[in-house]
Amino acid sequence: MGEKEMSAYHRPVPNTWWLKRTPYVLFMLRELTSIFVAGYCVFLLILVYKLTQGADAYGNFIDALKSPSSIALHFITLAFVLYHTITWFNLTPKILVLYKGEEQIPKALVAGVFYTGWVVVSIVVALLVLGM
Amino acid sequence: MAKSNEPIWWSLFSAGGMVAAMLLPILIIITGILVPFGLGGNDLLNFERIHTAVSQNYPVKLILFIVITLPLFHWAHRFRFTLVDVGLKSVSTLISVLCYGSAITGTIVSVIIFLRI
Repeated sequence: MGEKEMSAYHRPVPNTWWLKRTPYVLFMLRELTSIFVAGYCVFLLILVYKLTQGADAYGNFIDALKSPSSIALHFITLAFVLYHTITWFNLTPKILVLYKGEEQIPKALVAGVFYTGWVVVSIVVALLVLGM
Repeated sequence: MAKSNEPIWWSLFSAGGMVAAMLLPILIIITGILVPFGLGGNDLLNFERIHTAVSQNYPVKLILFIVITLPLFHWAHRFRFTLVDVGLKSVSTLISVLCYGSAITGTIVSVIIFLRI
């Protein structure tokens, strides 16, 4: 096809490009939140699996949640997942560009709806798990 | 334009991102703070209660299944591009197979576990 000889010059980009500026670092942190998101889902799946293994296996697993390493890991995971939540909701007005007649619905309102929904959903889940 | 399955992965990425953003923080607070510090009762995630709630209740089972599996696809899509961005562009096809493959495997394992409960 002759593409080889015609290919344009690409300036090499070092693999550490994302360390060069704060916004790039923040971008990379946001991308890395996905590891904690998936990690926690695997944890949830193990919890459900332990449910199928009977009261003892499940009980031991729940007891292990009280260990310092589990608590530390949960705190780190919470920090990353909260960063995911905030960056995710802040992006919603850029994807969901809504109009009322000629006027665009304010970005803060669109994101606000998601933040409000998040608080409501969190309270509902907490109340359900607490058994109220 | 060439036919692409990118929209499917992007949809799963978005749906998983939304599920994770909405539900994971409170769940992490429950398993990482409320349970270990004994807040909200000493036996918050009691076996009988949680087992009954999950095994006897199809909506709960379905919601829990979605909460576990959709974010796996969120991770797969995002992590795939992260690896490409840090210089693994030459093996991008392999990375796609490994990332989406892991998410699909996780989903199949979830189906098996949820069917057995």
